[in-house]
Amino acid sequence: MRAPSVAEIAAGDVLLAVEGVSLAFGGVKAVSDVSFDIRKGEIRAIIGPNGAGKTSMLNVINGFYHPQAGRITFKGKTRRAMRPHAAAAGGIARTFQNVALFKSMTTLDNIMAGRSLKMHKSFFWQIFRHGPALSEEIEHRKTAEEIIDFLEIEHIRRIPVGKLPYGLQKRVELGRALAMEPDLLLLDEPMAGMNLEEKEDMSRYILSMNNYYGTTIALIEHDMGVVMDLSDRVVVLDYGRKIADGTPDEVKKNKAVIDAYLGVAH
Amino acid sequence: MLYREAGQFKTNYASDLAVFPILQDRMGIAAILLVAFVAVPYFGNDFLLQAIMIPFLIFSLATIGLNLLTGYTGLLSLGTGAFMGVGAYACYKLETLFPGVNIIVWIVTAGFASAAVGVLFGLPSLRIKGFYLAIATLAAQFFLQWCFVRIPWLFNYNTSGAIEVGTHTLFGIPITGPNATSTTRYLIALSIVVVMTWFASNLVHGRIGRMWMAVRDMDIAAELMGIRLLPTKLLAFAVSSFYCGVAGAMLVFLWYGGAEADVFSINQSFFILFMVIVGGLGSLLGSFLGAAFIFILPIFLRYVPPHVGMSIFPATVEHITFMITGGLIIFFLIVEPHGLARLWQTAKQKLRVWPFPY
Repeated sequence: MRAPSVAEIAAGDVLLAVEGVSLAFGGVKAVSDVSFDIRKGEIRAIIGPNGAGKTSMLNVINGFYHPQAGRITFKGKTRRAMRPHAAAAGGIARTFQNVALFKSMTTLDNIMAGRSLKMHKSFFWQIFRHGPALSEEIEHRKTAEEIIDFLEIEHIRRIPVGKLPYGLQKRVELGRALAMEPDLLLLDEPMAGMNLEEKEDMSRYILSMNNYYGTTIALIEHDMGVVMDLSDRVVVLDYGRKIADGTPDEVKKNKAVIDAYLGVAH
Repeated sequence: MLYREAGQFKTNYASDLAVFPILQDRMGIAAILLVAFVAVPYFGNDFLLQAIMIPFLIFSLATIGLNLLTGYTGLLSLGTGAFMGVGAYACYKLETLFPGVNIIVWIVTAGFASAAVGVLFGLPSLRIKGFYLAIATLAAQFFLQWCFVRIPWLFNYNTSGAIEVGTHTLFGIPITGPNATSTTRYLIALSIVVVMTWFASNLVHGRIGRMWMAVRDMDIAAELMGIRLLPTKLLAFAVSSFYCGVAGAMLVFLWYGGAEADVFSINQSFFILFMVIVGGLGSLLGSFLGAAFIFILPIFLRYVPPHVGMSIFPATVEHITFMITGGLIIFFLIVEPHGLARLWQTAKQKLRVWPFPY
């Protein structure tokens, strides 16, 4: 599969749309009246200075926070707020800013856990671990191994992820999200705290995922070089408001964006 | 030296997914089962079977039960004793209401009653965790123990307030009550424990086990991956209480031959919790090691001085036993905070690379 061009994306189907979403914690307005859409097959970056409400936005999208106002349309279905389970079942996966892996489980188990929703064999077969339960396990193991191959983490298959270095943990977390075979993948700062080489590797995986699996990706990132190179369209938040939305080139020239990042003279 | 997996290649996922992928491990398990099923009943005397092996098996089963909940799912419970009690009383009621059915069926069925009660008291676990959940299960412990004393229907209005076990047979051989030999009761207990350990091992190595551990390690991530927290936690409570319930029923029917509510007190809950912690959280092998350490070691210590010809006052022996056991628990927890199971893991790793250090 080839990555769609910008023109194709602009004409493509909207996978997810948020309209007028506002989220407040007491008096703190994390997100106010933000609307944007994510189209099928694109890499959509969400950027903004610290505290702009980017992570809150992702939490709204996968149902962890319930906004006070606004609507979310995912795959043509409009609702007030997502529920975590519905979001996962509908095909939204995510990674976290500070790695949220299952630390005492091995890489393989983490990735297999990502396939929990796809495994259905009942408790009865599970206690025997024979017949349908075992063949299901083997079938999903194959998929897990494909992901392990794809992310080049064969050598850490059996190691508890808590013992892995940070860069590899990030990669395993990506693998766990990928194991859900998501339609929409939310990446919260996938390259935070990485060196140049690791960032390049990670960018390569993200692009390949987008190309080969056709996964739509929404990405929060602070490294502007990475954002501008990877993404098809960028939405910029500042103090919970949307200040710009468009292609990387448009956003780069936007006055409000430059002001938000560099500050304005008073 | 002998413990090497070199040359044991796996060519398909089925063999790689085996619980014991290494040949030596499989041989070890076979040897242990052989000793347990043949050598122990053949060579063991009444004391070994009645005072050591039967209770060891029963406590191991209860420890596995609590380990599924606390070690695998990360939910701390202090209600183990009460859940064991539910199993025991349920078994007693079922046995007296339907005497025609084989007692082994009722011992296992009693687990379901315990599972139901466990689910009920597990409901708060969605909202509360850690020490606070422990307090909620403590409520279960006290409430259920109160029921065992205050609801006479549970003990069939016996004036003694205790439940008594009559003689039941299997193929004409008495398996419970005063006429059953310790060998038969041991073999029944062993069979139940082996089968249930196998089930537990299958569960924790599959999808359900991974879901439990995911909830334990990072519940938010688990939820966002589509693992529903409440059903997963309640399933853990159900399975855990089932194991404890069966262990409780076995305790009364295959070991004590009768019991009062006191047996299922908070002390019993702590006793099982110690076994889980000393053995190793999240390890089935650890459940057996923990039960052996906490239960068998004191007995062993008590019988060593007389056998080596030291004549110590029995009360003194009792006190020294307490002190040594307590000291050893602290020693092992300092040496290996993750329990005896981790110690065994480390030893295996050392054996694997021997004679090289790594």
